[in-house]
Amino acid sequence: MSEHPKDYLGAKMGMWLFLFTEILLFGGLFVLYAVTLQRYPAEFHEASKMLDTTMGTINTIVLITSSLFAALAVTALQKADIKKAKIFLILTIILAGVFLVNKYFEWGAKIGHGIYPGSPDIADWAPGKQAFFALYYTMTGLHGIHIVIGMAVLGWIYWLIEKEKCTPDYFIVLENGGLYWHLVDLIWIYLFPLYYLIA
Amino acid sequence: MHTTDTIKDTEHHGPSYTLFVIIWAILLVLTGVTVYAAEIDLGFLNVVMALSIATIKASLVTFIFMHLKYENLTFKIMVLMAFAILSIFIGLTFFDTAYRVAV
Repeated sequence: MSEHPKDYLGAKMGMWLFLFTEILLFGGLFVLYAVTLQRYPAEFHEASKMLDTTMGTINTIVLITSSLFAALAVTALQKADIKKAKIFLILTIILAGVFLVNKYFEWGAKIGHGIYPGSPDIADWAPGKQAFFALYYTMTGLHGIHIVIGMAVLGWIYWLIEKEKCTPDYFIVLENGGLYWHLVDLIWIYLFPLYYLIA
Repeated sequence: MHTTDTIKDTEHHGPSYTLFVIIWAILLVLTGVTVYAAEIDLGFLNVVMALSIATIKASLVTFIFMHLKYENLTFKIMVLMAFAILSIFIGLTFFDTAYRVAV
């Protein structure tokens, strides 16, 4: 227990308010996606077929599982099982890394085939198809940045637990870190069908 | 230290390990369903179906993984408002773009 007054509900409410700004940030991009899809349905269908559904499905499973471990870590710490909480947290971070490695191979393969915004290889493609990949890179890229930030935040929380600054009596930091991580999962839950399954 | 009664309402009421694992299994099944459903050609309904399943998954994550089910009413109303604002945002955009005449 520290000498500072702790406002448990206030801290959690602040986190949710921050998450709303994240939802609106991605919301703007989802609006852009929806309007462009409505304008170029056939091109989107065609472009979506070029994405690897297997890779997308694997990453969906990886992220959902990592979200499970984040939720389990919070419960473990609440139950004062610090050892388990740390293991769950490490598993969350490892799976986040797996997601990024998959993403690296996915993007790498596409860029290797000359499919990236501004590439001369796709300059003569239909505008709708180019727009699909521009949006794909923007949205999965922004999501990827969130994964990196999430890994850093969860790593920092691991260190706080190690230093006994995040404890079974004071676990709001882990709870808020978990909330952030679930939001990253939530956004992927929508990105996955919109990009990989529209074909 | 949490001493007031109002705070107790949302504290230490998190779900058990078992519930989380069950929700995780449901999320995986729904992922399988959405991948399978995408194979069937339903035209525009494919998009509706994909987004409906995604919304069920998102609700499970929000209510269970993010503990919203166990939070007090203020949190629930806040989240509802955030999504209502997002829907208005998306809906009003389509009032414009859906009725544009091609030039």
